[in-house]
Amino acid sequence: MSVMKSWRGLMVALCFALTTFAHAGEATPVGDDPVIQARMMRLAAVLRCLVCQNQTIADSHADLALDLRRQITEMMQQGKSDDEVMSFMVQRYGDFVLYRPPVKTTTVLLWFGPAALVLLGGLAFYRAARQRNLSSVEDEPLTPEQQQLADRLLREEEGAA
Amino acid sequence: MMRFWPLGLFLALVGFLYVGLFRDPHEIPSPLIGKPAPGFNLPTLQDPAQKVSREALLGHVYMVNVWASWCVSCRDEHPLLVEFAKQHPMEIYGLDYKDTRPEAMAWLGQLGNPYQAALFDADGRVGIDFGVYGVPESFVVDKKGVIRYKQIGPFTPEALNNTLLPLLQKLNSET
Repeated sequence: MSVMKSWRGLMVALCFALTTFAHAGEATPVGDDPVIQARMMRLAAVLRCLVCQNQTIADSHADLALDLRRQITEMMQQGKSDDEVMSFMVQRYGDFVLYRPPVKTTTVLLWFGPAALVLLGGLAFYRAARQRNLSSVEDEPLTPEQQQLADRLLREEEGAA
Repeated sequence: MMRFWPLGLFLALVGFLYVGLFRDPHEIPSPLIGKPAPGFNLPTLQDPAQKVSREALLGHVYMVNVWASWCVSCRDEHPLLVEFAKQHPMEIYGLDYKDTRPEAMAWLGQLGNPYQAALFDADGRVGIDFGVYGVPESFVVDKKGVIRYKQIGPFTPEALNNTLLPLLQKLNSET
């Protein structure tokens, strides 16, 4: 009986898995030349959809994304290169449309900020660790009173054991 | 003094995040500001045979207001534009973006027509050239045909009176 039950559970799970799979498929492309299709989808996958900003133009079902995919396809059919299509997009929508923004003065912090932070943090950590090492108790000789106290405690310990 | 630098870093971060709270991620600065307006030659909504082009408008200060009858926030903006156009002599050209003629005509009939002419961009190609990604959007173009200002989203009364009006006066006084 329990085998039956787990089978049923598996089937239900499978059904759900299949429906989510069907939804995850990318939006249907326009045009029919498979080579251009592939090129178009490759470009569309690195361009940001401006309506739903966390999706690429390839993923998005927004009207604008459909129009832009059509636009890219047409430009490619006219023999435009990938670079030409990209600069067409940047001219109209700015660097924001690129998922990989170019390195410029305004994006230096974005590109190198994280690495700089890690370096700075590492340096601070190194200095703090070294300072702690230098000022560790080992290097300071005991005062006579401390020495006496330590000796007494050690003797008591031995006596107890 | 060195002890306080993590606090300083924290406060800087708080500052950045605080500023971030008031920024609208949907307002993407247009790269077209300061650049020549893209070329267009579109039929008007009322008469497919009559066309308006960028070249025909050189020497004029005008605003291109991108709208559509299916656009919800255009409905808020439209009465403001109708009122503004009545009070201030200015050329506004509607760019009817991805719309149908009957619906757009009905819309203008119902809500009023602030436009010198409404241009009909059925497939949204001129919209793409203007970098439109959400209606309404408006572009102010100077006498040389250069885009000087972009309003993203609907105009508010404040934006019309405090931003658009002074800008129009300035652009009109330019030669």
